[in-house]
Amino acid sequence: MSRYELLRQFADSWALLGMCLLFLGLVGWTFRPGARRHHDEAAKLIFRSDSDD
Amino acid sequence: MPATLAKSGGLFLAMIIALFGMAQAQDTAFAVHMGIMALAALIAALAVMKGANLSGQLADNEHQYDDAPVRWGVIATTFWGVIGLLAGLFIALQLAYPVLNLGFEYTTFGRLRPLHTSAVIFAFGGNALICTSFFVVQRTCRARLAFPGMARFVFWGYQLFIVLAATGYVLGVTEAREYAEPEWYVDLWLTVVWVAYLLVFGGTIIKRREPHIYVANWFYLAFIITIAMLHIVNNLSMPASWAGSKSYSAFAGVQDALTQWWYGHNAVGFFLTAGFLAMMYYFVPKQAERPVYSYRLSIIHFWSLIFLYIWAGPHHLHYTSLPDWAQSLGMVFSVMLWMPSWGGMINGLMTLNGAWEKIRTDPIIRMMVLALAFYGMSTFEGPMMSIKSVNSLSHYTDWTIGHVHSGALGWNGMITFACMYYLAPRLWNRQRLYSLRLINVHFWLATAGIVFYTASMWVAGLTQGLMWREYGADGYLVNSFAETIAAIHPMYLLRAFGGSLYLAGALVFAWNIAMTIAGRLRQEAPMTETPYNAAADRPLPAPARSAGLGGLQPAE
Amino acid sequence: MASTPETPPKEGFSHRTLERNVTLLGLLSLVAVAIGGIVEIAPLFWVDSTIEKVEGVRPYTPLELAGRNIYMREGCYLCHSQMVRPFRDEVERYGHYSLAAESMYDHPFQWGSKRTGPDLARVGGRYSDEWHVGHLKNPREAVPESIMPPYAFLAEKPLKAGDMRKHLAALRVVGVPYTDKDIEQANADLTAQATPDADIEDLQKRYPKSQGRDYDGNPAVVTEMDALVAYLQMLGTLVDFKAGEAQEQPK
Repeated sequence: MSRYELLRQFADSWALLGMCLLFLGLVGWTFRPGARRHHDEAAKLIFRSDSDD
Repeated sequence: MPATLAKSGGLFLAMIIALFGMAQAQDTAFAVHMGIMALAALIAALAVMKGANLSGQLADNEHQYDDAPVRWGVIATTFWGVIGLLAGLFIALQLAYPVLNLGFEYTTFGRLRPLHTSAVIFAFGGNALICTSFFVVQRTCRARLAFPGMARFVFWGYQLFIVLAATGYVLGVTEAREYAEPEWYVDLWLTVVWVAYLLVFGGTIIKRREPHIYVANWFYLAFIITIAMLHIVNNLSMPASWAGSKSYSAFAGVQDALTQWWYGHNAVGFFLTAGFLAMMYYFVPKQAERPVYSYRLSIIHFWSLIFLYIWAGPHHLHYTSLPDWAQSLGMVFSVMLWMPSWGGMINGLMTLNGAWEKIRTDPIIRMMVLALAFYGMSTFEGPMMSIKSVNSLSHYTDWTIGHVHSGALGWNGMITFACMYYLAPRLWNRQRLYSLRLINVHFWLATAGIVFYTASMWVAGLTQGLMWREYGADGYLVNSFAETIAAIHPMYLLRAFGGSLYLAGALVFAWNIAMTIAGRLRQEAPMTETPYNAAADRPLPAPARSAGLGGLQPAE
Repeated sequence: MASTPETPPKEGFSHRTLERNVTLLGLLSLVAVAIGGIVEIAPLFWVDSTIEKVEGVRPYTPLELAGRNIYMREGCYLCHSQMVRPFRDEVERYGHYSLAAESMYDHPFQWGSKRTGPDLARVGGRYSDEWHVGHLKNPREAVPESIMPPYAFLAEKPLKAGDMRKHLAALRVVGVPYTDKDIEQANADLTAQATPDADIEDLQKRYPKSQGRDYDGNPAVVTEMDALVAYLQMLGTLVDFKAGEAQEQPK
């Protein structure tokens, strides 16, 4: 039972909280200043030089 | 040369081991499968010896992408797509006319249904994923495939997996868990192939010449890693004999159910969603010739999708003996999943922002837009059906079948066809596809087919769900189970009709691809008819000075 | 997109690092997808309340197990569920709602996901052996509206279940409490349960409520039909539910 409690607690609190924080962190990073130039560059990467067709 | 010797020697050894397994086999199916494996090992050994200088050939072409496995993949996708849809139409007809079970043990619905699901999901979808991922990862990394020999192994090894799985179903070899039916030794084989796939894909990313890893590769990578995890955990089992096909799942009852649907739902989430979104994120921008609408949104889309999807499995087990907390968790995450799904759909559709006229002029774009529209529809329907009260009605009925097919035919099918249309002329260096107009024919056949299919299954599902729970004024159940079967017979006919339309579209597709590969061009009017009048297309003659000058002047 | 003032790339960890590092990207993806599975599934393996102890549930006899393997082989689970949900109509139609304990020895579970045919969780004892055999041979003779495939070939095929001792031993590895004697006797038990007038007293002591007889109307051979009907006839019979009698009458 104690192992179950432990895992339940893990499910109820730490893991969910940790996962939310990790998720928010990752999303937050995409909004950091300076990301836009970087993203535009990545988005246009597939069009660079037409020899790849 | 010693490497070739070692490789072919190893393959001959594998053949001998397989033949030994065949001799020791506890059941016919296992003997048949070991025979197939021995044959495959022999063919591979001969191929290795014959193509001893493969690496030499490849080295000469360092300035070209390694597209041979991609070309094979396009052919395999087309082939398995037609086979899978044909099997689907046949079992749909079996449900309408049971006499089509033919009385043989090998042709019953129970054995052919896994054949259909595996052929469309793993053979058609899987080949599409593998070949597009090899195409995309090379272009976005501007590097050739890492481990070219292993890439070829991945392709052929995967085909062997498909053949083993398919023959197994017909022979009655199954673990009896939906979408994870292949038995333990086929699972082990797939694990080997999948690890090689990860190495080729990951290796190519590592040797890339681009600083960025393009977002499509994120989705492909998450798909490959997650499927590996799901496949290994879900298929843990104990064979009754090491020379027999039968094994027993490591889990039982409730645990087995949740593990299986954790797998089953994420096969949808990562195989049929993440992988195909990767295709979307490369091919839609390329075909539209515009960068993806928002790269930032694509990153958010990625993380939210993979964080949320993995939790949603228990919605397949509402109101069962699974503990309530797991059911509720599954429901909450399923509903939340609606958001990233639509985020992805919007990102794909809005890529056409400013180029909407392409929907009219470019049949491939039109097909992609239809795929995204169906993705949006089924990812709205899914969360809705995962709400427990809705699920109490929809579960166990054909509504689920309709939902699956709106996603599979509409989203996976259409985006795959569009990508194949994109790839074929480029891979075989053709000026264009055999016919653009035939894409239109395919488009309308498929669209009409999906409409018939999903609409009939909604009606069938609601009818059956409501009839099962119908009470009369006397307080007794109104309908026997048999009456509900009779009631939905017309819907089963309509469903088969829709399926045959979709299959007809796929045959048009296969014809188009085959002719393109053959290098033929269909004589046809071009798709875009911009009005052009040659007679009017010339300068006006200089007006005579004396007469009519006033007539050309604007009125004052 | 609107423009923002461009800033020089930052030092240290950023999403850029992630976008450029395939190992880290792969690892984080794996972490993201593993958490959900661990949190949801792992507790079930330790929780005591997942499976309430229920009187009467026992492992399958070798014959029932062989029948169950045929049930799986033929893909019955694709059209028949074995999971009665706790709704009034289902309980009245099929019997008491299913308990977790009833499938605790099911490797794998066969709850199903679709009812093209009716639920079978409690089909045991509701029809006669003759009905089952006739229905399996020609479903439409028994139920005109049925769309079930015919399984006449089961009655033709002698049961070749393999060495049942190995099957029971494999199941013991994954947690089914078969005794040494169960495993030793497995092949003999299999035949005895399908043979009329065989001495099955010891079998019934080890497997309470197991029934022994010729199931398919052909006492000369133990066929696949014998095994499948034996399995169907025990489904849902192990737990004694006095209150949950099924209401729908056989047609």
